[in-house]
Amino acid sequence: MHEMSIMQSVLDTAFSALEQSSETRITQIVLTIGEQTDIQEIPLTFAFEALKPNTPARNARLVIHMLTTRSHCDDCGIDFDHDRFSMICTDCGSSNISLLTGRELRIDALEADSESFESIDSDADPFADFLTDRPE
Amino acid sequence: MTHIDISKPILDKNDRLAQSNKELLREKKIFVLDLMASPGAGKTTAILATIEALKERFRIAVIEGDIASDVDAQKIKAAGVPAIQINTGGVCHLESDMIRHALDQLPLDDLDLIIVENVGNLVCTTEFYLGENAKVMILSVPEGDDKPLKYPTIFQTSKAVILSKTDTMPVFDFDYEAFERTVNSLNPKAPIFQLSAKTGEGIQQWAEWLANQVKHAQNAPDGQSLH
Repeated sequence: MHEMSIMQSVLDTAFSALEQSSETRITQIVLTIGEQTDIQEIPLTFAFEALKPNTPARNARLVIHMLTTRSHCDDCGIDFDHDRFSMICTDCGSSNISLLTGRELRIDALEADSESFESIDSDADPFADFLTDRPE
Repeated sequence: MTHIDISKPILDKNDRLAQSNKELLREKKIFVLDLMASPGAGKTTAILATIEALKERFRIAVIEGDIASDVDAQKIKAAGVPAIQINTGGVCHLESDMIRHALDQLPLDDLDLIIVENVGNLVCTTEFYLGENAKVMILSVPEGDDKPLKYPTIFQTSKAVILSKTDTMPVFDFDYEAFERTVNSLNPKAPIFQLSAKTGEGIQQWAEWLANQVKHAQNAPDGQSLH
């Protein structure tokens, strides 16, 4: 369920970036998601497909890079990969560690152009439906 | 084709508003606790017990988050504490703009501690920063000792973990040692408080920990981030 809120935030950010550019159509959105967030690729993609019709992203592709967990040990100084269930240094056993990757929820970049949308809705204002019929 | 670099947190807008909540609360010297748990884990009962334990020392208010109804806010108000009910209308977690709206309705000059009761949910509540000083979660004994394995994130984002309804431990064959082992592995720095509103067990220890957090935040120099 929270994937809907997350994806709505992605699209809000994407649309405001598009408005500041000279392009009209988003063709790709790239995200990075850490495994320690409870955000999953499949529901996130589902939310994207549900929210993109009648928006400037309706022809866009979603690319998600998932990152595994990696930490730095503040005692012995090593960087190490570990599973999300064990927040202790794999080398010295210290629990004094700082997470390096795994909590990302980031929108990296967009690809955009000014090609027309598929002919069926080429006359529609790309923002009209999105602004008037915005889901929760 | 244009490449537009963004490199921003997805929840940037929520986080920025949360940061402004945080600044407002720091200026007013108010500590905010975001309390997360499943529906029925005993959040409201724990809040009532916390109010009872701390009401002579701190001026407390509660923000109640639920999908619908104001039954929880009514219970809190009956205890003589200001309470604002947020109805999310289906959204499974609180967001920072909802908190801001509630803060606007509270007497911020007359408060030391605001307890936010988040929507009952072990998943979605963890991702949204509200401007709180600490997130704390409650797991109730009937939910089972294996929950940290199934919902690791909430145990990892909590500054402390409350185990509630401990008087029912024998009935549910709750393996406390296994539970403690998993929580320590997920979040080695988080203390675990065993609470029973029925017998009163653990309430004093939990209330003391919270009181120390509040005092520490109130005495922190301006500009120091406590998040």
